[in-house]
Amino acid sequence: MTLADTQPQALTFECETGNYHTFCPISCVAWLYQKIEDSFFLVIGTKTCGYFLQNAMGVMIFAEPRYAMAELEEGDISAQLNDYEELKRLCLHIKRDRNPSVIVWIGTCTTEIIKMDLEGMAPKLESEIGIPIVVARANGLDYAFTQGEDTVLAAMVHRCPDRAPEAEKEERNAIAKLLNFGRQKEDVAAEESDYINHPPLILFGSLPDPVVTQLTLELKKQGIKVSGWLPSKRYTELPVIEEGYYVAGVNPFLSRTATTFMRRRKCKLIGAPFPIGPDGSRAWIEKICSVFGIEPKGLDERETQIWESLEDYIQLIRGKSVYFMGDNLLEISLARFLIRCGMTCPEIGIPYMDKRYQAAELALLEKTCHEMGVPTPKIVEKPDNYNQLQRIKNLQPDLVITGMAHANPLEARGINTKWSVEFTFAQIHGFTNARDILELVTRPLRRNSSLKNLGWDKLVKDESPV
Amino acid sequence: MKLAYWMYAGPAHIGTLRIASSFKNVHAIMHAPLGDDYFNVMRSMLERERDFTPVTTSVVDRHVLARGSQEKVVDNITRKDQEESPDLIVLTPTCTSSILQEDLQNFVDRAQLEAKGDVLLADVNHYRANEIQAAERTLHQIVQYYIDKARKKGGLPDGKTEKPSVNIIGISTLGFHNNHDCTELKRLMADLGIEVNAIIPDGASVHALKNLPRAWFNLVPYRELGMMTAKYLEAEFGTPYVDITPMGVVETARCLRAIQKVLTENGAEVDYEDYINNQTLHVSQAAWFSRSIDCQNLTGKKAVVYGDNTHAAAITKILAREMGIHVIWAGTYCKYDADWFREQVSEYCDEVLITEDHAQVGDAIARVEPAAIFGTQMERHVGKRLDIPCGVISAPIHIQNFPIGYKPFVGYEGTNQLVDLIYNSFTLGMEDHLLEIFGGHDTKEVVTKALSADSDMNWTKDAQAELNKVPGFVRGKVKRNTEKFARDRNITEITVEVMYAAKESVGA
Repeated sequence: MTLADTQPQALTFECETGNYHTFCPISCVAWLYQKIEDSFFLVIGTKTCGYFLQNAMGVMIFAEPRYAMAELEEGDISAQLNDYEELKRLCLHIKRDRNPSVIVWIGTCTTEIIKMDLEGMAPKLESEIGIPIVVARANGLDYAFTQGEDTVLAAMVHRCPDRAPEAEKEERNAIAKLLNFGRQKEDVAAEESDYINHPPLILFGSLPDPVVTQLTLELKKQGIKVSGWLPSKRYTELPVIEEGYYVAGVNPFLSRTATTFMRRRKCKLIGAPFPIGPDGSRAWIEKICSVFGIEPKGLDERETQIWESLEDYIQLIRGKSVYFMGDNLLEISLARFLIRCGMTCPEIGIPYMDKRYQAAELALLEKTCHEMGVPTPKIVEKPDNYNQLQRIKNLQPDLVITGMAHANPLEARGINTKWSVEFTFAQIHGFTNARDILELVTRPLRRNSSLKNLGWDKLVKDESPV
Repeated sequence: MKLAYWMYAGPAHIGTLRIASSFKNVHAIMHAPLGDDYFNVMRSMLERERDFTPVTTSVVDRHVLARGSQEKVVDNITRKDQEESPDLIVLTPTCTSSILQEDLQNFVDRAQLEAKGDVLLADVNHYRANEIQAAERTLHQIVQYYIDKARKKGGLPDGKTEKPSVNIIGISTLGFHNNHDCTELKRLMADLGIEVNAIIPDGASVHALKNLPRAWFNLVPYRELGMMTAKYLEAEFGTPYVDITPMGVVETARCLRAIQKVLTENGAEVDYEDYINNQTLHVSQAAWFSRSIDCQNLTGKKAVVYGDNTHAAAITKILAREMGIHVIWAGTYCKYDADWFREQVSEYCDEVLITEDHAQVGDAIARVEPAAIFGTQMERHVGKRLDIPCGVISAPIHIQNFPIGYKPFVGYEGTNQLVDLIYNSFTLGMEDHLLEIFGGHDTKEVVTKALSADSDMNWTKDAQAELNKVPGFVRGKVKRNTEKFARDRNITEITVEVMYAAKESVGA
């Protein structure tokens, strides 16, 4: 890298071959069935899909999960069996055993190829068996990993009620209920005055319940009321959405959901950076405030205080470089946060880059690079893992954030790695969890620094491909 | 359509990939959509593999759906051929390519024109074969291909090796304790004065396959992998094979006697009886264990066994024949080979269970309430739910079943390992049982505590509810830290805000 490169430039975007490793988007059932407590996810696919889920979900599989495979057999493929009758049989079975409030059908590559009309069959079967059936095509032909959640949530948007009965309105959404838990009506009324009068705001993105509470409280401090959250804890508690409501995403991979809110439900999208890291959390809140014409209070101190509490971790990574191979679409936000922590980032691989939905995040990334005086990263969409490994070999980054397929081989070659999937399962949103991100990021560095003097860096004999 | 939560044997392409990635310098290219390369994760994680798994994907996406793969597969093959110059590239069909019905053989033929290495299409159908059957088929296919190739070029070596020698067939990546078994088999062969001519597929070079006919005989330690290849070699070259799994004292002896017979018939003067005797009585501890008081206490205890053919059959025989344990039922998920299993175990158990349905297996366990289970990871979890100890004896398995320490299941050291596995499962069960009868572990209240559990802190309802969401095993810590944080700041009421403020402050 020459000296000239240290002058910050605009972001550059590239697109490679798409030969990269990622999880199949059906993996979203693993966290969504836990989030939506009264749901049942039926993945309509083959043994290949089942094998992936069984292995990727690890011990969860033994806990009688509310998911199952509808495993297609040769008769289904050659249309000797009637799809509708087959699905009806299985769904009745599920209804009998589990009685869920919703069955989510996950369409897979196979249902795409044989053109099984899931969207057509669902409404008919729904009225026949009396359980809502939501169809999401989360397949590997079109999507990567976390985009699976996007397809499910986009399908759920259509199911959000457009008007709640008056009496029920107050009770309807999960967040309000949660916060008002056990309180008197008068207290609740008094609490209403904590909020500034603003149009209803719905947040979207599946987060663990504690994180939902944290972000909701964070906005409450600014007098902003969260009227609902997609998804909510239960399918029966999906938020009311009326025309003109405001919506904001909490995760960078939710572009279809955002589009659906805007086009189909006539909502207004607040395009903000995502609340990942203290910088992102602040920018997220500021943007929401600005849309509602609210002057944010105390954010400066809050952010400073969080940064101070992170200093011990930041010392470990300041001045080091991080390389994202790309597999879960959180990459831009994480890179932006890590650059703010003082890291450099030569390359951000990402499966899919929605420049409109992520516009504010990209702008913040660029701004962060300028302010920190580091070169802007190259953003590589649909990366080619083989080429990336060659580049990693040349760059020798201090940390590579990558999938499990490459982690052990890279470690054996003396390269520190962090398994990217952990970022999707850990709590990383809001001010409160910034430390958890750095806990993950610094773990390989802390571990390897304790092994540093043992001379065990390179543990392969010949340097074959990388 | 079939409602399924769990499967014992994976899809066909996994079997093909296991064989391809076992060989040295063989690369597999899957014709599959994004995300189907989960095999790489499994290999890298379970086997803690230091090298990149030689499997890539020729991605099937929307464009492929619309226009066909066209040049894509051919390009990917020739690209990989240039990048890593493998000896062989195996194009691996998946469930997706099965229904797309593209002419993959045509792509292979075209790529072969340009590629320096060999290119082969794995001949497996997703809807007809499972992981195990596909592995068997692919190994046979690769061996046949290289034998034919050598024959065409006149490169097949003549005759047998000078000294008695063996090919060990069926050791593969992601196989249950295969690497340890392999080491143990090599030791066993060395003890018997038999040279190891080849081990396939694990670590073998495809160019060495032409030497397979030089072995005096083939040893197929596992029923699931290698039989087809052994039969092929017998048909082509008259090489006899021994297919007795040397697992357990009696079966190991039977295997050695079969080897002795094969070698004697081919003109070698060998007598292994002294060796068998010495090992059985003095080296392996298993025979002595059977006589010891410990094992006496296991007499008539009830057990159930479930797994693949090889392991379930061998363990059933060991339990019944060598330890006097009452095997109520023994089962396998290798439905396609059920007759063999029945024939092997029927005299050693009351009942035989042939099923691929884990719920049926679970019900059968609950029904008979055995004192111990020997099964796969799934049965281990059934055992957890029912409070019955379980020893894991067969795939499907987790990372803890890829131990770093030396733990073979075959040969004489294998018999020692099995004694530990079996005995430990039962005593743990006994201990638990006794504890329950005598009122459990020391349950007296701890009188003094470093940090008081009952505090003067007032938790609001919300905060208490929030605390209850924290996973049980860290809840106490979160509670203590939050209270310490509050106390330091003279906060008397703990709200949700205080909780998270505590979390944000360093060290809380």
